[in-house]
Amino acid sequence: MNPPILQVEGYAKHFQLHEQNKLIPSSHNVSLTVRSGELTALIGPTGAGKSSVLKGIYRTYLPSAGRMLYRDALGHELDLALAGEHQILELRRREIGFVTQFLHCLPRQPTLDVVAQPLFGLGVARPEARQRAADLLSAMSLPERLWSVSPATFSGGERQRVNLARGFIARPRLLLLDEPTASLDPKTAECVIGLIEGLKAGGTAMLAIFHHPETTRRLADQVVELAPPPAVETLLKEIA
Amino acid sequence: MNKVLEVRNLSKIYGPGCPHCIESTGPEADTNLCPHCGSVVAIHDVSFDLFEGEILGVMGESGSGKSTVVKALYFDQAPSGGEAIFFDGDTQHELFALNAARQRWLRNHRFGMVYQNPNLGLNFNISAGGNIAERLLMSDLMDYGAIRERAKALLARTEVLLSRVDDLPKHFSGGMQQRVQIAKALATQPPLLFLDEVTTGLDLSVQARILDLILEIQQELKTAMVVVTHDLGVIRLLTGRAIVMKYGRVIETGLTDQILEDPQHAYTQRLVASAL
Repeated sequence: MNPPILQVEGYAKHFQLHEQNKLIPSSHNVSLTVRSGELTALIGPTGAGKSSVLKGIYRTYLPSAGRMLYRDALGHELDLALAGEHQILELRRREIGFVTQFLHCLPRQPTLDVVAQPLFGLGVARPEARQRAADLLSAMSLPERLWSVSPATFSGGERQRVNLARGFIARPRLLLLDEPTASLDPKTAECVIGLIEGLKAGGTAMLAIFHHPETTRRLADQVVELAPPPAVETLLKEIA
Repeated sequence: MNKVLEVRNLSKIYGPGCPHCIESTGPEADTNLCPHCGSVVAIHDVSFDLFEGEILGVMGESGSGKSTVVKALYFDQAPSGGEAIFFDGDTQHELFALNAARQRWLRNHRFGMVYQNPNLGLNFNISAGGNIAERLLMSDLMDYGAIRERAKALLARTEVLLSRVDDLPKHFSGGMQQRVQIAKALATQPPLLFLDEVTTGLDLSVQARILDLILEIQQELKTAMVVVTHDLGVIRLLTGRAIVMKYGRVIETGLTDQILEDPQHAYTQRLVASAL
């Protein structure tokens, strides 16, 4: 078995909304392992807090409880829940990628540059970075006429491909994927599955949210099923 | 990664100040005006670090003190307390302990500032090229031909039409004035740049080009920047980390996406929820 690069133990996330004086439970008591060159699938009903696990690992959310032990490229182990902000930014730049369901990019930025952005950040020369972006976009059969325009006006499926290409391009050590094939037609989904297999073979560890049992069956080395978090009252008792 | 700036406990009080100023102001007191002596506590106890190539956002509503932070660091206004260390290669400068001449030197050579109001950053009575030449002269470049070439290259870089190099900035559009200001700020290739509401009041399309330009500069020159803005869109697109201010105090700091998606403080939650 490949060595684990991420071990999540007892992760929980709830939101404290001050204005309404409300506690919103999101994820509860999640434990999982992700190994290099393998894919761990997160499954479960809507509202079980799957995305919130990914966001907690990426520090888009501050975890409410739990440890997230990550082994970096140099072999150092650190708890992502406690790591400093600059440490997290450096990991995001060099090691950890996240493909969300949303695409935030600069207005008017050409698609090719949106996709090449992670390589720009690593100091890859622009022409080379753009070439690699072009290769990836053509592998995903995004029509070439779209490469020079901003993804702002793209359809859901086109945007998703841009998002995936941007997540794949730097071949991160750990890649978080939030429903990577959700709005793709079967042919494009097939192509994305092929790219994910390629990344796995290259050693990338992946944690992915899937909804289709078929995709899970084909790609996952491990499956973690999440149950919805307990009701607020139960949660309050636990915290107290 | 190298640290560029370390700010500790920065404060600025306008007015006489009294022993009650601090406890009677801030987010809990819901004011920055001291009821005992009438002083304004513009900022108090502001601390942060900035690394090479990093863009830090300072967000908050009008009156939160966010502009005062950069104005103090750029020596526009002397702070009432606190310290700031600027790391320049192997040299460390304790900013507020320097004499006026040294402060001016840093301002002209190693820092850049872009103001919301181009009036503050540009001399409207000399040409666009002249504005840049002025900064180059202050930084000891003396050869006329070299200065003119450099000014042209900078204006081309910030997409100002070269045919207008000799025109007065007061005849330029707002977006173009901002680009001249950025060119001027970049003239000495400073490792540290302050941007104070630079896109506020510009057309959306012009805003986009300015944001583009700022990010390109950051990636190309590894310039560290402090971006002051009340615009959450600008914060999201430009910055990696952000601090949130209210009534002169820092109430929250974090990674930008975390502050926007999982804000912790009641005020930040309201601010983020109110964004269009």
